[in-house]
Amino acid sequence: MSKAETTALEHGRNLFDVYEVRKDFPVLHQTVNGHPLVYLDNGATSQKPRAVIDTVSHYYETYNANIHRGVHFLSENATREYEAARDTAQRFINAADRRETIFVRGTTEGINLVAQAYGRPRLKPGDEIILSTMEHHSNIVPWQMVCQQTGAKLKVVPVTDEGEFDFEAYLRLLGPKTRIVATVHLSNSLGTINPVKKIVEAARQHGAVTLLDGAQAVPHVAVDVQDIGVDFYAFSGHKVFGPTGIGILYGRQELLDAMEPYQGGGDMIRTVSFEETTYNDLPYKFEAGTPNIVGAIGLAAALDYVSNLGIDAISAYEDDVVAYATDKVADIPGVRIIGTAPEKSGIISFLMDGVHPHDIGTVLDSQGVAIRAGHHCTMPLMKRFGVAATSRASFALYNTKEEADILVAAIWMVKEMFKR
Amino acid sequence: MDLRALYEEVILDHNRNPRNYPKRPEGTNHTAEGHNPLCGDHVSVHLRVENGVIQDLGFEGEGCAISTASASLMTEALKGKSEADAKVLFDRIHDALIADGVTADEVTESLGKLAVLLGVKEYPMRVKCATLPWHTLQAALKQVDEPVTTE
Repeated sequence: MSKAETTALEHGRNLFDVYEVRKDFPVLHQTVNGHPLVYLDNGATSQKPRAVIDTVSHYYETYNANIHRGVHFLSENATREYEAARDTAQRFINAADRRETIFVRGTTEGINLVAQAYGRPRLKPGDEIILSTMEHHSNIVPWQMVCQQTGAKLKVVPVTDEGEFDFEAYLRLLGPKTRIVATVHLSNSLGTINPVKKIVEAARQHGAVTLLDGAQAVPHVAVDVQDIGVDFYAFSGHKVFGPTGIGILYGRQELLDAMEPYQGGGDMIRTVSFEETTYNDLPYKFEAGTPNIVGAIGLAAALDYVSNLGIDAISAYEDDVVAYATDKVADIPGVRIIGTAPEKSGIISFLMDGVHPHDIGTVLDSQGVAIRAGHHCTMPLMKRFGVAATSRASFALYNTKEEADILVAAIWMVKEMFKR
Repeated sequence: MDLRALYEEVILDHNRNPRNYPKRPEGTNHTAEGHNPLCGDHVSVHLRVENGVIQDLGFEGEGCAISTASASLMTEALKGKSEADAKVLFDRIHDALIADGVTADEVTESLGKLAVLLGVKEYPMRVKCATLPWHTLQAALKQVDEPVTTE
Protein backbone atom coordinates (compact mmCIF):
# COMPACT_ATOMS: atom_id res chain seq x y z
CA MET A 1 0.00 0.00 0.00
CA SER A 2 1.39 3.39 -0.92
CA LYS A 3 1.87 6.07 1.67
CA ALA A 4 -0.87 8.16 0.11
CA GLU A 5 -3.29 5.24 0.32
CA THR A 6 -2.40 4.54 3.94
CA THR A 7 -2.97 8.14 4.82
CA ALA A 8 -6.30 8.12 3.04
CA LEU A 9 -7.37 5.04 4.98
CA GLU A 10 -6.28 6.51 8.30
CA HIS A 11 -8.10 9.65 7.39
CA GLY A 12 -11.22 7.59 6.73
CA ARG A 13 -10.83 5.81 10.05
CA ASN A 14 -10.38 9.03 11.93
CA LEU A 15 -13.57 10.35 10.48
CA PHE A 16 -15.45 7.16 11.05
CA ASP A 17 -15.94 5.58 14.47
CA VAL A 18 -18.01 2.44 13.93
CA TYR A 19 -18.68 1.93 17.64
CA GLU A 20 -20.25 5.37 17.85
CA VAL A 21 -22.19 4.69 14.64
CA ARG A 22 -23.57 1.44 16.06
CA LYS A 23 -25.11 3.34 18.96
CA ASP A 24 -27.34 5.06 16.41
CA PHE A 25 -28.99 1.76 15.38
CA PRO A 26 -31.27 0.41 18.13
CA VAL A 27 -32.02 -2.87 16.38
CA LEU A 28 -28.40 -3.98 16.43
CA HIS A 29 -28.33 -4.24 20.20
CA GLN A 30 -30.14 -7.52 20.72
CA THR A 31 -29.40 -11.20 20.96
CA VAL A 32 -30.71 -13.71 18.44
CA ASN A 33 -30.81 -17.36 19.43
CA GLY A 34 -28.68 -16.52 22.44
CA HIS A 35 -25.97 -14.72 20.45
CA PRO A 36 -25.41 -11.04 19.70
CA LEU A 37 -27.08 -10.19 16.39
CA VAL A 38 -24.64 -9.97 13.50
CA TYR A 39 -26.70 -8.41 10.73
CA LEU A 40 -25.14 -9.16 7.35
CA ASP A 41 -28.25 -9.03 5.17
CA ASN A 42 -27.96 -5.37 4.25
CA GLY A 43 -28.26 -6.18 0.57
CA ALA A 44 -31.85 -7.21 1.30
CA THR A 45 -32.60 -4.25 3.52
CA SER A 46 -30.64 -2.02 5.86
CA GLN A 47 -31.35 -1.16 9.49
CA LYS A 48 -32.57 2.28 10.48
CA PRO A 49 -30.74 4.85 12.61
CA ARG A 50 -32.45 6.59 15.51
CA ALA A 51 -32.59 9.77 13.41
CA VAL A 52 -34.86 8.09 10.86
CA ILE A 53 -37.05 6.38 13.46
CA ASP A 54 -37.50 9.66 15.33
CA THR A 55 -38.23 11.60 12.16
CA VAL A 56 -40.97 9.14 11.23
CA SER A 57 -42.49 9.21 14.73
CA HIS A 58 -42.26 12.99 14.87
CA TYR A 59 -44.18 13.29 11.61
CA TYR A 60 -47.05 11.17 12.88
CA GLU A 61 -47.02 12.76 16.33
CA THR A 62 -46.94 16.38 15.27
CA TYR A 63 -47.75 17.20 11.63
CA ASN A 64 -49.38 14.30 9.80
CA ALA A 65 -51.47 15.79 6.99
CA ASN A 66 -51.97 15.51 3.28
CA ILE A 67 -49.76 17.68 1.11
CA HIS A 68 -50.16 20.19 -1.73
CA ARG A 69 -53.81 20.93 -0.96
CA GLY A 70 -54.51 21.83 2.63
CA VAL A 71 -54.60 25.48 3.59
CA HIS A 72 -54.07 24.60 7.22
CA PHE A 73 -51.04 24.57 9.47
CA LEU A 74 -50.34 20.82 9.52
CA SER A 75 -50.66 20.49 5.76
CA GLU A 76 -48.29 23.38 5.20
CA ASN A 77 -45.72 21.74 7.48
CA ALA A 78 -46.10 18.37 5.82
CA THR A 79 -45.81 19.92 2.35
CA ARG A 80 -42.71 21.89 3.34
CA GLU A 81 -40.96 18.82 4.78
CA TYR A 82 -41.93 16.62 1.82
CA GLU A 83 -40.54 19.15 -0.64
CA ALA A 84 -37.45 19.68 1.52
CA ALA A 85 -36.94 15.91 1.33
CA ARG A 86 -36.87 16.24 -2.45
CA ASP A 87 -34.16 18.89 -2.16
CA THR A 88 -32.14 16.58 0.09
CA ALA A 89 -32.45 13.73 -2.41
CA GLN A 90 -31.53 16.04 -5.26
CA ARG A 91 -28.35 17.15 -3.48
CA PHE A 92 -27.49 13.58 -2.48
CA ILE A 93 -27.23 12.41 -6.10
CA ASN A 94 -26.28 15.87 -7.41
CA ALA A 95 -29.20 16.22 -9.79
CA ALA A 96 -29.15 19.54 -11.64
CA ASP A 97 -32.74 20.44 -10.77
CA ARG A 98 -35.18 19.42 -8.05
CA ARG A 99 -37.80 18.68 -10.71
CA GLU A 100 -35.64 15.81 -11.90
CA THR A 101 -36.09 13.98 -8.59
CA ILE A 102 -39.29 11.89 -8.60
CA PHE A 103 -40.54 10.08 -5.52
CA VAL A 104 -41.45 6.48 -6.34
CA ARG A 105 -42.06 3.36 -4.25
CA GLY A 106 -38.58 2.06 -4.88
CA THR A 107 -36.09 1.04 -7.54
CA THR A 108 -38.55 -1.42 -9.05
CA GLU A 109 -41.22 1.22 -9.58
CA GLY A 110 -38.64 3.64 -10.96
CA ILE A 111 -37.55 1.14 -13.61
CA ASN A 112 -41.13 0.21 -14.49
CA LEU A 113 -41.94 3.90 -14.86
CA VAL A 114 -39.12 4.39 -17.36
CA ALA A 115 -39.96 1.17 -19.25
CA GLN A 116 -43.62 2.13 -19.60
CA ALA A 117 -43.56 5.93 -19.82
CA TYR A 118 -40.33 6.32 -21.79
CA GLY A 119 -39.87 2.98 -23.54
CA ARG A 120 -43.33 1.81 -24.51
CA PRO A 121 -44.44 4.76 -26.68
CA ARG A 122 -41.04 5.03 -28.39
CA LEU A 123 -39.83 1.48 -28.99
CA LYS A 124 -40.47 -0.10 -32.38
CA PRO A 125 -40.21 -3.72 -33.49
CA GLY A 126 -36.54 -4.64 -33.84
CA ASP A 127 -35.28 -1.90 -31.51
CA GLU A 128 -32.79 -3.16 -28.96
CA ILE A 129 -32.50 -2.79 -25.19
CA ILE A 130 -29.15 -3.78 -23.67
CA LEU A 131 -28.98 -5.25 -20.17
CA SER A 132 -26.31 -7.34 -18.46
CA THR A 133 -26.36 -10.89 -17.09
CA MET A 134 -25.94 -9.56 -13.55
CA GLU A 135 -29.23 -7.65 -13.48
CA HIS A 136 -31.71 -8.04 -10.64
CA HIS A 137 -35.06 -9.36 -11.87
CA SER A 138 -36.41 -5.84 -11.39
CA ASN A 139 -34.13 -4.63 -14.18
CA ILE A 140 -35.06 -7.54 -16.47
CA VAL A 141 -38.78 -8.16 -16.21
CA PRO A 142 -40.00 -4.58 -16.86
CA TRP A 143 -37.94 -4.58 -20.07
CA GLN A 144 -39.24 -8.00 -21.10
CA MET A 145 -42.76 -6.68 -20.62
CA VAL A 146 -42.10 -3.64 -22.78
CA CYS A 147 -40.48 -5.89 -25.41
CA GLN A 148 -43.67 -7.96 -25.55
CA GLN A 149 -45.70 -4.78 -25.92
CA THR A 150 -43.55 -3.20 -28.64
CA GLY A 151 -41.62 -5.93 -30.42
CA ALA A 152 -38.29 -4.59 -29.17
CA LYS A 153 -35.57 -7.11 -28.28
CA LEU A 154 -33.25 -7.63 -25.31
CA LYS A 155 -29.49 -7.94 -25.79
CA VAL A 156 -27.51 -9.21 -22.83
CA VAL A 157 -23.94 -8.24 -21.92
CA PRO A 158 -22.16 -11.28 -20.47
CA VAL A 159 -20.19 -11.25 -17.24
CA THR A 160 -16.66 -12.58 -16.91
CA ASP A 161 -15.64 -15.42 -14.60
CA GLU A 162 -14.61 -12.80 -12.03
CA GLY A 163 -18.10 -11.31 -12.19
CA GLU A 164 -17.20 -8.24 -14.22
CA PHE A 165 -19.34 -6.51 -16.83
CA ASP A 166 -17.76 -7.62 -20.14
CA PHE A 167 -17.10 -4.19 -21.58
CA GLU A 168 -15.66 -5.40 -24.88
CA ALA A 169 -18.74 -7.55 -25.47
CA TYR A 170 -20.91 -4.55 -24.59
CA LEU A 171 -19.22 -2.43 -27.25
CA ARG A 172 -19.94 -5.16 -29.79
CA LEU A 173 -23.63 -5.26 -28.80
CA LEU A 174 -24.09 -1.52 -29.18
CA GLY A 175 -25.38 -0.63 -32.62
CA PRO A 176 -27.76 1.48 -34.68
CA LYS A 177 -30.79 -0.33 -33.18
CA THR A 178 -29.77 0.23 -29.56
CA ARG A 179 -32.36 2.48 -27.92
CA ILE A 180 -31.90 1.85 -24.21
CA VAL A 181 -29.03 0.59 -22.05
CA ALA A 182 -30.13 -0.40 -18.54
CA THR A 183 -27.68 -1.88 -16.09
CA VAL A 184 -26.90 -2.22 -12.44
CA HIS A 185 -24.43 0.15 -10.76
CA LEU A 186 -23.39 -2.26 -7.98
CA SER A 187 -24.37 -5.92 -8.33
CA ASN A 188 -26.51 -7.21 -5.45
CA SER A 189 -25.26 -10.78 -5.91
CA LEU A 190 -21.59 -10.17 -6.62
CA GLY A 191 -20.74 -6.74 -5.25
CA THR A 192 -19.18 -5.77 -8.58
CA ILE A 193 -19.10 -2.02 -9.21
CA ASN A 194 -19.69 -1.47 -12.90
CA PRO A 195 -17.79 1.17 -14.92
CA VAL A 196 -20.99 3.15 -15.28
CA LYS A 197 -19.40 6.32 -16.62
CA LYS A 198 -17.81 4.41 -19.50
CA ILE A 199 -21.00 2.41 -20.08
CA VAL A 200 -23.09 5.57 -20.29
CA GLU A 201 -20.58 7.34 -22.52
CA ALA A 202 -20.51 4.46 -25.02
CA ALA A 203 -24.32 4.32 -25.05
CA ARG A 204 -24.57 8.03 -25.68
CA GLN A 205 -22.27 7.75 -28.70
CA HIS A 206 -24.88 5.41 -30.17
CA GLY A 207 -27.74 7.71 -29.27
CA ALA A 208 -29.12 5.33 -26.65
CA VAL A 209 -30.80 6.39 -23.44
CA THR A 210 -29.32 5.00 -20.22
CA LEU A 211 -30.77 3.82 -16.92
CA LEU A 212 -28.84 2.68 -13.86
CA ASP A 213 -30.22 0.52 -11.08
CA GLY A 214 -28.63 2.15 -8.05
CA ALA A 215 -30.37 0.13 -5.32
CA GLN A 216 -27.14 -1.35 -3.96
CA ALA A 217 -24.75 1.41 -4.96
CA VAL A 218 -26.27 4.29 -3.02
CA PRO A 219 -25.42 3.06 0.51
CA HIS A 220 -21.83 2.24 -0.48
CA VAL A 221 -20.43 4.67 -3.04
CA ALA A 222 -20.80 8.33 -3.93
CA VAL A 223 -23.33 8.83 -6.71
CA ASP A 224 -23.23 11.95 -8.88
CA VAL A 225 -25.72 11.59 -11.71
CA GLN A 226 -24.33 14.57 -13.62
CA ASP A 227 -20.77 13.27 -13.42
CA ILE A 228 -21.91 9.82 -14.58
CA GLY A 229 -23.95 11.49 -17.31
CA VAL A 230 -26.78 9.00 -16.97
CA ASP A 231 -30.33 9.71 -18.16
CA PHE A 232 -32.22 7.78 -15.46
CA TYR A 233 -31.06 6.59 -12.05
CA ALA A 234 -33.29 4.66 -9.65
CA PHE A 235 -32.74 3.74 -6.00
CA SER A 236 -34.68 2.58 -2.94
CA GLY A 237 -34.88 4.25 0.44
CA HIS A 238 -34.78 1.10 2.52
CA LYS A 239 -31.37 -0.01 1.26
CA VAL A 240 -29.85 3.29 2.40
CA PHE A 241 -31.15 3.26 6.00
CA GLY A 242 -34.51 4.83 5.13
CA PRO A 243 -38.05 3.42 5.20
CA THR A 244 -39.48 0.84 2.79
CA GLY A 245 -41.97 1.91 0.13
CA ILE A 246 -40.06 5.01 -0.93
CA GLY A 247 -37.38 5.58 -3.50
CA ILE A 248 -36.09 8.04 -6.04
CA LEU A 249 -36.17 8.08 -9.78
CA TYR A 250 -33.81 10.63 -11.23
CA GLY A 251 -34.48 11.57 -14.84
CA ARG A 252 -33.03 14.24 -17.07
CA GLN A 253 -35.58 17.01 -17.34
CA GLU A 254 -35.64 17.06 -21.12
CA LEU A 255 -36.61 13.38 -21.17
CA LEU A 256 -39.12 13.61 -18.33
CA ASP A 257 -40.80 16.60 -19.95
CA ALA A 258 -41.26 14.67 -23.19
CA MET A 259 -42.76 11.66 -21.42
CA GLU A 260 -46.42 10.99 -20.81
CA PRO A 261 -47.48 10.31 -17.22
CA TYR A 262 -47.02 6.79 -15.81
CA GLN A 263 -50.15 6.77 -13.65
CA GLY A 264 -53.17 9.04 -13.60
CA GLY A 265 -54.82 10.45 -10.51
CA GLY A 266 -54.74 13.30 -8.06
CA ASP A 267 -51.75 15.65 -7.79
CA MET A 268 -50.50 14.84 -11.30
CA ILE A 269 -53.13 17.00 -13.03
CA ARG A 270 -53.57 20.70 -13.64
CA THR A 271 -57.20 20.66 -14.79
CA VAL A 272 -59.63 17.81 -15.28
CA SER A 273 -62.82 17.74 -17.30
CA PHE A 274 -64.49 14.83 -19.03
CA GLU A 275 -63.42 16.31 -22.35
CA GLU A 276 -59.80 16.97 -21.54
CA THR A 277 -57.25 16.75 -18.74
CA THR A 278 -54.05 18.75 -18.60
CA TYR A 279 -51.10 17.48 -16.64
CA ASN A 280 -49.12 19.06 -13.87
CA ASP A 281 -45.48 20.05 -14.26
CA LEU A 282 -42.50 18.03 -13.16
CA PRO A 283 -42.03 16.36 -10.78
CA TYR A 284 -45.75 16.10 -9.91
CA LYS A 285 -46.66 14.74 -13.33
CA PHE A 286 -45.16 11.44 -12.13
CA GLU A 287 -46.51 11.47 -8.58
CA ALA A 288 -50.16 10.50 -8.91
CA GLY A 289 -52.14 10.05 -5.72
CA THR A 290 -51.18 10.81 -2.15
CA PRO A 291 -47.52 9.83 -1.99
CA ASN A 292 -45.61 8.11 0.79
CA ILE A 293 -45.15 11.41 2.61
CA VAL A 294 -43.55 10.07 5.77
CA GLY A 295 -41.40 7.75 3.67
CA ALA A 296 -39.99 10.68 1.74
CA ILE A 297 -39.30 12.63 4.92
CA GLY A 298 -37.75 9.55 6.55
CA LEU A 299 -35.61 8.97 3.46
CA ALA A 300 -34.29 12.51 3.69
CA ALA A 301 -33.33 11.86 7.33
CA ALA A 302 -31.46 8.75 6.19
CA LEU A 303 -29.65 10.58 3.40
CA ASP A 304 -28.70 13.35 5.84
CA TYR A 305 -27.38 10.69 8.20
CA VAL A 306 -25.18 9.24 5.46
CA SER A 307 -24.04 12.69 4.33
CA ASN A 308 -23.09 13.68 7.87
CA LEU A 309 -20.87 10.62 8.20
CA GLY A 310 -19.54 11.22 4.70
CA ILE A 311 -20.03 8.68 1.93
CA ASP A 312 -16.29 8.58 1.17
CA ALA A 313 -15.44 7.83 4.81
CA ILE A 314 -18.15 5.14 4.80
CA SER A 315 -16.78 3.59 1.59
CA ALA A 316 -13.21 3.53 2.91
CA TYR A 317 -14.30 2.00 6.21
CA GLU A 318 -16.49 -0.66 4.58
CA ASP A 319 -13.85 -1.62 2.04
CA ASP A 320 -11.42 -2.25 4.89
CA VAL A 321 -13.89 -4.50 6.76
CA VAL A 322 -15.02 -6.36 3.64
CA ALA A 323 -11.42 -6.95 2.49
CA TYR A 324 -10.64 -8.37 5.94
CA ALA A 325 -13.72 -10.63 5.85
CA THR A 326 -13.10 -11.68 2.24
CA ASP A 327 -9.57 -12.92 3.04
CA LYS A 328 -10.81 -14.95 6.00
CA VAL A 329 -13.77 -16.46 4.17
CA ALA A 330 -11.62 -17.31 1.15
CA ASP A 331 -9.14 -19.09 3.45
CA ILE A 332 -11.74 -21.65 4.55
CA PRO A 333 -11.06 -24.86 2.59
CA GLY A 334 -13.95 -25.82 0.32
CA VAL A 335 -15.32 -22.29 0.23
CA ARG A 336 -15.37 -20.41 -3.07
CA ILE A 337 -16.26 -16.76 -3.46
CA ILE A 338 -18.44 -15.88 -6.45
CA GLY A 339 -17.62 -12.38 -7.63
CA THR A 340 -13.99 -11.43 -7.37
CA ALA A 341 -13.93 -8.26 -9.46
CA PRO A 342 -11.20 -5.79 -8.43
CA GLU A 343 -13.87 -3.09 -8.22
CA LYS A 344 -16.39 -4.32 -5.72
CA SER A 345 -18.05 -3.29 -2.50
CA GLY A 346 -20.09 -4.53 0.41
CA ILE A 347 -20.88 -8.08 -0.67
CA ILE A 348 -19.37 -11.54 -0.21
CA SER A 349 -21.26 -14.23 -2.12
CA PHE A 350 -19.92 -17.72 -1.55
CA LEU A 351 -20.38 -21.43 -2.13
CA MET A 352 -19.32 -24.27 0.12
CA ASP A 353 -18.54 -27.75 -1.20
CA GLY A 354 -21.36 -30.17 -0.43
CA VAL A 355 -23.42 -27.76 1.64
CA HIS A 356 -26.51 -26.03 0.32
CA PRO A 357 -26.75 -22.27 0.94
CA HIS A 358 -30.03 -22.68 2.83
CA ASP A 359 -28.39 -25.02 5.31
CA ILE A 360 -25.56 -22.52 5.73
CA GLY A 361 -28.15 -19.79 6.36
CA THR A 362 -29.92 -21.83 9.03
CA VAL A 363 -26.73 -22.76 10.87
CA LEU A 364 -25.48 -19.17 10.76
CA ASP A 365 -28.83 -17.97 12.10
CA SER A 366 -28.42 -20.32 15.07
CA GLN A 367 -25.26 -18.29 15.83
CA GLY A 368 -27.10 -14.97 15.51
CA VAL A 369 -25.63 -14.29 12.06
CA ALA A 370 -28.19 -13.07 9.49
CA ILE A 371 -27.26 -13.65 5.86
CA ARG A 372 -29.26 -14.33 2.69
CA ALA A 373 -29.26 -17.68 0.96
CA GLY A 374 -30.85 -18.03 -2.44
CA HIS A 375 -30.70 -16.68 -5.96
CA HIS A 376 -30.93 -13.04 -4.81
CA CYS A 377 -33.46 -12.32 -7.57
CA THR A 378 -30.71 -12.82 -10.15
CA MET A 379 -31.57 -16.22 -11.62
CA PRO A 380 -29.82 -15.58 -14.98
CA LEU A 381 -26.63 -14.73 -13.10
CA MET A 382 -26.89 -17.90 -10.99
CA LYS A 383 -27.27 -19.87 -14.22
CA ARG A 384 -24.18 -18.14 -15.62
CA PHE A 385 -22.18 -19.46 -12.66
CA GLY A 386 -23.87 -22.88 -12.83
CA VAL A 387 -25.44 -22.70 -9.38
CA ALA A 388 -29.00 -22.52 -8.08
CA ALA A 389 -28.12 -20.29 -5.16
CA THR A 390 -25.31 -18.73 -3.14
CA SER A 391 -24.88 -17.62 0.44
CA ARG A 392 -24.46 -13.87 0.65
CA ALA A 393 -23.06 -11.78 3.46
CA SER A 394 -23.76 -8.14 2.70
CA PHE A 395 -22.16 -5.43 4.83
CA ALA A 396 -23.16 -1.93 5.84
CA LEU A 397 -21.48 0.97 7.56
CA TYR A 398 -22.21 -0.44 11.04
CA ASN A 399 -20.56 -3.84 10.56
CA THR A 400 -17.23 -4.51 12.26
CA LYS A 401 -14.22 -6.78 11.88
CA GLU A 402 -15.32 -8.53 15.08
CA GLU A 403 -18.56 -9.40 13.31
CA ALA A 404 -16.59 -10.65 10.32
CA ASP A 405 -14.76 -12.97 12.74
CA ILE A 406 -18.08 -14.28 14.08
CA LEU A 407 -19.27 -14.90 10.50
CA VAL A 408 -16.09 -16.82 9.73
CA ALA A 409 -16.33 -18.90 12.93
CA ALA A 410 -19.94 -19.75 12.07
CA ILE A 411 -18.94 -20.87 8.56
CA TRP A 412 -16.31 -23.12 10.11
CA MET A 413 -19.07 -24.55 12.30
CA VAL A 414 -21.14 -25.34 9.18
CA LYS A 415 -18.13 -27.08 7.70
CA GLU A 416 -17.67 -29.21 10.81
CA MET A 417 -21.35 -30.10 10.95
CA PHE A 418 -21.61 -31.22 7.33
CA LYS A 419 -18.22 -32.85 7.01
CA ARG A 420 -18.19 -36.05 5.06
CA MET B 1 -32.34 -23.18 19.49
CA ASP B 2 -31.07 -26.69 19.14
CA LEU B 3 -29.67 -27.17 15.68
CA ARG B 4 -29.33 -30.90 16.28
CA ALA B 5 -33.12 -31.19 16.41
CA LEU B 6 -33.10 -30.08 12.79
CA TYR B 7 -29.89 -31.64 11.58
CA GLU B 8 -30.22 -35.00 13.28
CA GLU B 9 -27.60 -37.60 12.41
CA VAL B 10 -30.14 -39.44 10.23
CA ILE B 11 -30.71 -36.25 8.21
CA LEU B 12 -27.01 -35.58 7.83
CA ASP B 13 -26.42 -39.19 6.80
CA HIS B 14 -29.17 -39.16 4.15
CA ASN B 15 -27.85 -35.82 2.87
CA ARG B 16 -24.32 -37.18 2.63
CA ASN B 17 -25.41 -40.44 1.01
CA PRO B 18 -28.87 -40.03 -0.47
CA ARG B 19 -30.59 -43.38 -1.16
CA ASN B 20 -32.15 -44.03 -4.58
CA TYR B 21 -30.31 -41.00 -5.95
CA PRO B 22 -29.78 -40.06 -8.68
CA LYS B 23 -32.08 -42.72 -10.00
CA ARG B 24 -34.78 -43.20 -12.58
CA PRO B 25 -35.88 -46.82 -12.29
CA GLU B 26 -36.13 -49.03 -15.35
CA GLY B 27 -39.73 -48.95 -16.59
CA THR B 28 -40.61 -45.68 -14.82
CA ASN B 29 -44.25 -44.93 -15.52
CA HIS B 30 -44.90 -42.05 -13.16
CA THR B 31 -42.71 -38.98 -12.93
CA ALA B 32 -43.03 -35.40 -11.71
CA GLU B 33 -40.88 -32.39 -11.15
CA GLY B 34 -41.01 -30.20 -8.07
CA HIS B 35 -39.63 -26.72 -7.66
CA ASN B 36 -39.17 -24.35 -4.74
CA PRO B 37 -39.07 -20.87 -6.28
CA LEU B 38 -37.83 -19.43 -3.00
CA CYS B 39 -34.44 -21.10 -3.24
CA GLY B 40 -34.34 -22.53 -6.76
CA ASP B 41 -34.29 -26.10 -5.50
CA HIS B 42 -35.72 -28.69 -7.83
CA VAL B 43 -36.42 -32.38 -7.47
CA SER B 44 -37.74 -35.03 -9.85
CA VAL B 45 -39.43 -38.14 -8.50
CA HIS B 46 -39.69 -41.24 -10.68
CA LEU B 47 -41.77 -44.32 -9.90
CA ARG B 48 -42.54 -47.65 -11.41
CA VAL B 49 -46.03 -48.53 -10.27
CA GLU B 50 -47.51 -51.93 -11.08
CA ASN B 51 -50.96 -53.10 -9.99
CA GLY B 52 -51.22 -50.21 -7.57
CA VAL B 53 -47.89 -51.00 -5.87
CA ILE B 54 -44.76 -48.84 -5.99
CA GLN B 55 -42.28 -51.42 -7.23
CA ASP B 56 -39.35 -49.02 -7.43
CA LEU B 57 -38.66 -45.30 -7.13
CA GLY B 58 -35.86 -42.79 -7.18
CA PHE B 59 -35.19 -39.09 -7.34
CA GLU B 60 -32.95 -36.57 -9.05
CA GLY B 61 -32.20 -32.89 -8.61
CA GLU B 62 -30.48 -30.55 -6.24
CA GLY B 63 -31.58 -29.36 -2.88
CA CYS B 64 -30.61 -28.52 0.66
CA ALA B 65 -29.89 -31.12 3.33
CA ILE B 66 -33.49 -31.09 4.49
CA SER B 67 -35.09 -31.62 1.08
CA THR B 68 -32.45 -34.17 0.04
CA ALA B 69 -32.84 -36.18 3.25
CA SER B 70 -36.61 -35.93 3.05
CA ALA B 71 -36.59 -37.26 -0.52
CA SER B 72 -34.12 -40.00 0.36
CA LEU B 73 -36.10 -41.15 3.42
CA MET B 74 -39.29 -41.00 1.37
CA THR B 75 -37.96 -43.32 -1.32
CA GLU B 76 -36.74 -45.73 1.33
CA ALA B 77 -40.10 -45.74 3.10
CA LEU B 78 -42.26 -46.20 0.01
CA LYS B 79 -40.61 -49.00 -1.90
CA GLY B 80 -43.06 -51.89 -2.07
CA LYS B 81 -45.91 -49.85 -0.61
CA SER B 82 -49.31 -49.51 -2.27
CA GLU B 83 -50.43 -46.20 -3.70
CA ALA B 84 -53.05 -46.07 -0.97
CA ASP B 85 -50.38 -46.51 1.73
CA ALA B 86 -48.28 -43.80 0.12
CA LYS B 87 -51.24 -41.43 0.25
CA VAL B 88 -51.81 -42.18 3.93
CA LEU B 89 -48.15 -41.54 4.70
CA PHE B 90 -48.15 -38.30 2.69
CA ASP B 91 -51.17 -37.03 4.60
CA ARG B 92 -49.63 -37.97 7.93
CA ILE B 93 -46.31 -36.27 7.16
CA HIS B 94 -47.99 -33.25 5.66
CA ASP B 95 -50.39 -32.78 8.57
CA ALA B 96 -47.65 -33.28 11.14
CA LEU B 97 -45.40 -30.72 9.47
CA ILE B 98 -47.94 -27.97 8.98
CA ALA B 99 -49.91 -28.44 12.22
CA ASP B 100 -49.15 -26.08 15.09
CA GLY B 101 -47.83 -27.36 18.39
CA VAL B 102 -46.27 -30.58 19.49
CA THR B 103 -46.95 -33.62 17.36
CA ALA B 104 -48.86 -36.32 19.22
CA ASP B 105 -46.74 -39.28 20.28
CA GLU B 106 -48.86 -41.76 18.35
CA VAL B 107 -48.35 -39.76 15.12
CA THR B 108 -44.62 -39.56 15.71
CA GLU B 109 -44.52 -43.30 16.37
CA SER B 110 -46.53 -44.09 13.27
CA LEU B 111 -43.98 -42.20 11.18
CA GLY B 112 -41.13 -44.43 12.30
CA LYS B 113 -37.80 -43.27 10.88
CA LEU B 114 -39.55 -40.42 9.03
CA ALA B 115 -40.19 -38.75 12.40
CA VAL B 116 -36.74 -37.13 12.14
CA LEU B 117 -38.28 -34.77 9.60
CA LEU B 118 -40.44 -33.22 12.31
CA GLY B 119 -37.42 -31.29 13.62
CA VAL B 120 -38.05 -28.85 10.78
CA LYS B 121 -41.22 -27.61 12.52
CA GLU B 122 -39.11 -25.26 14.62
CA TYR B 123 -37.92 -23.59 11.41
CA PRO B 124 -40.99 -22.31 9.54
CA MET B 125 -38.89 -21.12 6.59
CA ARG B 126 -37.62 -24.65 6.09
CA VAL B 127 -40.86 -26.65 6.24
CA LYS B 128 -41.28 -26.34 2.48
CA CYS B 129 -37.85 -27.91 2.00
CA ALA B 130 -39.13 -31.04 3.75
CA THR B 131 -42.50 -31.14 2.00
CA LEU B 132 -41.25 -30.52 -1.57
CA PRO B 133 -40.36 -34.17 -2.37
CA TRP B 134 -43.67 -35.35 -0.92
CA HIS B 135 -45.71 -32.93 -3.00
CA THR B 136 -43.73 -34.02 -6.02
CA LEU B 137 -44.48 -37.66 -5.22
CA GLN B 138 -48.17 -36.84 -5.01
CA ALA B 139 -48.03 -35.15 -8.39
CA ALA B 140 -46.20 -38.14 -9.87
CA LEU B 141 -48.79 -40.57 -8.57
CA LYS B 142 -51.55 -38.40 -9.99
CA GLN B 143 -49.39 -37.99 -13.07
CA VAL B 144 -49.85 -34.24 -13.14
CA ASP B 145 -47.99 -32.83 -16.12
CA GLU B 146 -47.42 -29.34 -14.73
CA PRO B 147 -44.36 -28.93 -12.50
CA VAL B 148 -45.46 -28.52 -8.88
CA THR B 149 -44.13 -25.72 -6.74
CA THR B 150 -44.11 -25.08 -3.03
CA GLU B 151 -45.98 -21.81 -3.55
